Amino acid sequence: MLLVFVLVPLAVEAFWVFWPALQGFYLALTDWDGVSAPRWVGLGNFAELFGDPIFRTSVLNTAIWLVLFGGVSAAGGLGLALLLLRERRGVGFYRAALFTPVVFSLVATALMWQVIYQPDGLANRLLGALGLTGWQHAWLANSSTALYAVLLPALWRQLGYVMVLYLAGLNGIDPVLYEAATLDGANRVQQFRNVTWPQLRSVNAVVLSVIVIDSLRSFDVVWAMTKGGPYHSSELLSTYMYATAFQSLRLGYASALAVVIFVLAFGVIVTYLVRAFREEAS
Amino acid sequence: MSSALTRRARTAGFHLVAGGLSVLWLLPIALVLLTSVRTFDDIAANGLGAVPRSATLAGFGQAWTDGGEARAMLNSLIVSVPTVLLSLALASAAAFALSRYRIPLRRAIILLMLAGNLLPPQILLVPVFKLTELMGFYDTLPADIVVQLGFGLGFYTFVLQGFMRSIPEEIQQAAVIDGASPTQIFVRIILPLARPALAALSALAFTWTFNDLLWAITVLRTESVMPVTPALLGLQGQFVSNWNVVAAGSVIAAIPTVAVFLRFQRHFISGLALGAVK
Repeated sequence: MLLVFVLVPLAVEAFWVFWPALQGFYLALTDWDGVSAPRWVGLGNFAELFGDPIFRTSVLNTAIWLVLFGGVSAAGGLGLALLLLRERRGVGFYRAALFTPVVFSLVATALMWQVIYQPDGLANRLLGALGLTGWQHAWLANSSTALYAVLLPALWRQLGYVMVLYLAGLNGIDPVLYEAATLDGANRVQQFRNVTWPQLRSVNAVVLSVIVIDSLRSFDVVWAMTKGGPYHSSELLSTYMYATAFQSLRLGYASALAVVIFVLAFGVIVTYLVRAFREEAS
Repeated sequence: MSSALTRRARTAGFHLVAGGLSVLWLLPIALVLLTSVRTFDDIAANGLGAVPRSATLAGFGQAWTDGGEARAMLNSLIVSVPTVLLSLALASAAAFALSRYRIPLRRAIILLMLAGNLLPPQILLVPVFKLTELMGFYDTLPADIVVQLGFGLGFYTFVLQGFMRSIPEEIQQAAVIDGASPTQIFVRIILPLARPALAALSALAFTWTFNDLLWAITVLRTESVMPVTPALLGLQGQFVSNWNVVAAGSVIAAIPTVAVFLRFQRHFISGLALGAVK
């Protein structure tokens, strides 16, 4: 009976995750249109990736995304958590306000921000009111602004999430440590450096994994706002992979792109699992 | 006296910064709400960013009926509710066996299941799409259910087994002495004690399933079977530049998750934080 408890869920996951994943790695070595049988091409798809300018753009954009989306949400999330840590009047409202976007779907988020970004929308109107008409753009239709215009709503939604992770971490720090530090005459900066930061080590590890995994998975918000355009200027690996698979119907080449995403995520996945393993053991 | 003054200045500064940020954060939401109650003519004549000069709920009606959001909402519930229930049922069964008994390879199984959830979904998209086609239920809601069920199981199992391990051994031993079977122990003792974790995960799982775009557009194609989140993209295409309808549509799509969040706020937050503190 106990074995059934484990084996049924395991079988479901094996059938819908592990088995397809193995197939994905195999398909990356083939040329396939989804209709006729896959044709073995060895590492041909990966060789093609090297000469593919759109692939290069999407790798670069994914890197930018990782640094900006990841960096700002980590630093900003920690900053917000420190700001809103202490229980005081109004703090519940502030936390709720910053957290609210987390519950919206990224598609709904994208549509909300499209309203702001339209040529006659709020963003341009505010710039106009400030006399900065030269700064006005068709934010999503302009190749040089599209990526950043898409990044902003993603950040708007992610910051509250990272803040909650850090709030939980900060609340878990033993107050005795701060009392001891105060007795030793440590000022606020010293307390942060010598007490808070070292104590946040495990939360930092979680946040780092969440950020890298979320960055590589980021798809919805880009797909809903620009579909990677204009001219692939906001293309990420994830959107390029999806378009290659389901619009160009190049399933083998798309699988190779997916393998690249997997390789980029692999380090983080292993680190996360090692951590989980240690917790299990302790 | 001066220290009281500094404290007051500090408090004012805090509220200024935190309040300012909150306003900034709520601004897009307010803007969408305002846009959703304007008329098309008002937007066309005065511009999207202008101060509203009209108030109507017509946009909501159009999104709900003409835009097909009523049907999309039903599809979303048909997908989300079974996905959440099945996921938590299977995950808690696995978590129970893995956390309360010496199953061979238990640690390897837990980590393997978790690893499956950490995979980038992209590696699964093409094979999963083909698999549902092969099994004859591509473009149907059950396909969306099983795919999300399979992908989420690893995470839910991992979190639940961590929680169940913290339940004291003695409670179970007493039941074993009374001759209770593992199934009885699971249903009568462990599940009720795991309720806080189950509540947190339900709120989270509902939000994730309801907000999903990628799995839905991978295994579904026909407009009429799309859940709300992917259907929003169709709505946007159908009502190009009718921003009042698009705004109303996104407000409608956000209502269920906001409702779950408001109702289960504490569980929701603790669910998000489950992975963070350990």
